[in-house]
Amino acid sequence: MAKPSPQDRKYTKEHEWAKADGAGTVTMGITDHAQELLTDVVYVELPAVGRKVRQQEPIAVVESVKSVSDVYAPVSGEVIEVNQALEASPELVNKDAFGAGWIARIRMEAPAELDGLMTADQYEEHIKASPH
Amino acid sequence: MKKTPLYERHLALGAAMTEFGGWAMPVQYTSVIEEHRNTRTLAGLFDVCHMGEIEIRGPQALELLQWVMSRNLAGQRVGEMKLSAITNEKGGIIDDVTVYRRAEDHYMVVTNAATREGDLEWILRARRERGWDRASVTDRSDAIGKVDIQGPLAQNILAEIVEGDLSALRFYHAMDTRVAGMPALVSRSGYTGEDGFEVYTEAARIGEIWDLLMRLGDPHGMKPAGLGARDTLRLEAGMMLFGNEMCPAVTPFEVVYGWITDLDKEFIGRDALIKQKESGVRKKLVGFELIDRGIARHGYPVLAGAEKIGEVTSGTFSPTLGKAIGLAFVPVRFKEPGTVLEIEIRGQRAKAMVVPLPFYQRRR
Repeated sequence: MAKPSPQDRKYTKEHEWAKADGAGTVTMGITDHAQELLTDVVYVELPAVGRKVRQQEPIAVVESVKSVSDVYAPVSGEVIEVNQALEASPELVNKDAFGAGWIARIRMEAPAELDGLMTADQYEEHIKASPH
Repeated sequence: MKKTPLYERHLALGAAMTEFGGWAMPVQYTSVIEEHRNTRTLAGLFDVCHMGEIEIRGPQALELLQWVMSRNLAGQRVGEMKLSAITNEKGGIIDDVTVYRRAEDHYMVVTNAATREGDLEWILRARRERGWDRASVTDRSDAIGKVDIQGPLAQNILAEIVEGDLSALRFYHAMDTRVAGMPALVSRSGYTGEDGFEVYTEAARIGEIWDLLMRLGDPHGMKPAGLGARDTLRLEAGMMLFGNEMCPAVTPFEVVYGWITDLDKEFIGRDALIKQKESGVRKKLVGFELIDRGIARHGYPVLAGAEKIGEVTSGTFSPTLGKAIGLAFVPVRFKEPGTVLEIEIRGQRAKAMVVPLPFYQRRR
C-alpha cells in the first residue's frame, strides 16, 4: 500500500507533489502512489539546472524496467537544483518518493499556481476515484 | 483478449496484467527486478499457456517438417527438442519454434502466441501443396497447458512431483512422463538462460500443477514471475523475441539464426537464403551496452552522423549487469564488438558499444 500523502505539500492529477520551501521555491517529485504503479525505477532523466519550465510541461523522465513516463512540472519557473543522487540511485524514487527521491527544485514564477493544486486529501480522493 | 487457465490465479496473486499476442498475461506480480533476480538465484514459475502447440503425426510428418523448417531435423532422435525458424519463400522469418520429437512419427511444434494461427495455416498449406496427406496436422494449443519452472533450484522442486529421473534429463531433451500423476511432457529448456524445465500437460489440469509447484517451491524461495522478468531474462541471455528481433522482413542470417538454417536440405525459403548467403547480409543484429546514461528501447534509431542506419529491437535495464543493454540492427560494417554506436534517446544521442552475445551466461 502506498504511503499516505503528506499534508505539508500540494499535488497534481498526474501524481507529482510540490512542497513550498519558503522564499518562493518548491521541491517537487512524484508521489508514492506513482512509484508503486511504476515499480523498479531504473533511470531518471533530470532537467538541466537553469531550465525554464511552464506548469504541466514535461520536466523529467522516469523509467522503470518496462515503461517510460514523463514527469510534469507542477508549477512554472526555473529549475534551480536537481537531485543528483538519483543518477547513481534511481531506486530512491521507489524507496522514498516523498523525501530522498525528490526530483527538482523550482523557483516559482507564479506562486499562485501552487494554490490551484490539490491538497493531500483531495489527491487521496483523486487516486481512489482513478487509481491509474 | 484470451485468458489462460491460470488467469484467475494471477489476479488472486495481485499481478499487473497486460496484453501479449492477444492474451491477458501477468506482466509482474511484485516487481520485474525481484522476479528476475529470484529466477536467476532460486527459481521462478511462469505461465506460458499462451504459446501454441501444433502436433504433426504420421509417416510423412518428418518430410513435412523438413520442408517448413530451416533446421535440418533428419538426425533428431525421439526425446530430442530442436530450435528452428519457419521461413517464407523470401527467407523471411514467420516464426521461431521448438520442435519436439515425441515418437517415431510424432512431433510437436511449439509456436509463439501471436503466430500460432499463421503457422498452422502455413503448415497446412505446405501439406496440401505437396500432397503429404499421410502427415496429420492438429492444433492442440487449447488442449495443452504449459508452465516453465526456471532457475538453479528448478530441478529440486519439480523432481518432487515428476515420475522418473529428472536429473538424467539432458539440456534440450524431453521426456513423456507423469507430473503429479498426470500425463505430461517435460523438457530441460527455457527462455531465461538458467537451468530449468518446460512442462506441458492437459490445459484442464495445468492449474493443479501450478498450485502444487507454488506450494512445493515456496520453501525453496521460488516465486511466480511475469512476462516482464521473462523479457529481461531472455534478453540478458541473448535470446531473441519474435515481433521484436524477428519478422517476415528479416532472415535467419541477419539475426543470430544462421546455426539453425541448413542450406544443404530443401525447405521453403532456401533458394532466397542461398542467394543472401552468397551476396552477404547487409544488416546484422548485434548486442550493445549503453556507454552513456539512459535506456535504449525498442524502435529507437541508431545513427551515424545525421543518418539513421539502424534500429534498436529490444532494450532494457539489465538487473544482473546493472546497466542498459539491448539488441539492434546495424549495417554489417558496425557489427564487430567494440564498435561504438550512437542511439537516439528522446532526441539526444547516447553512445553505445557493440558487445558479444550473450550478455549473461550462467556458471555451469
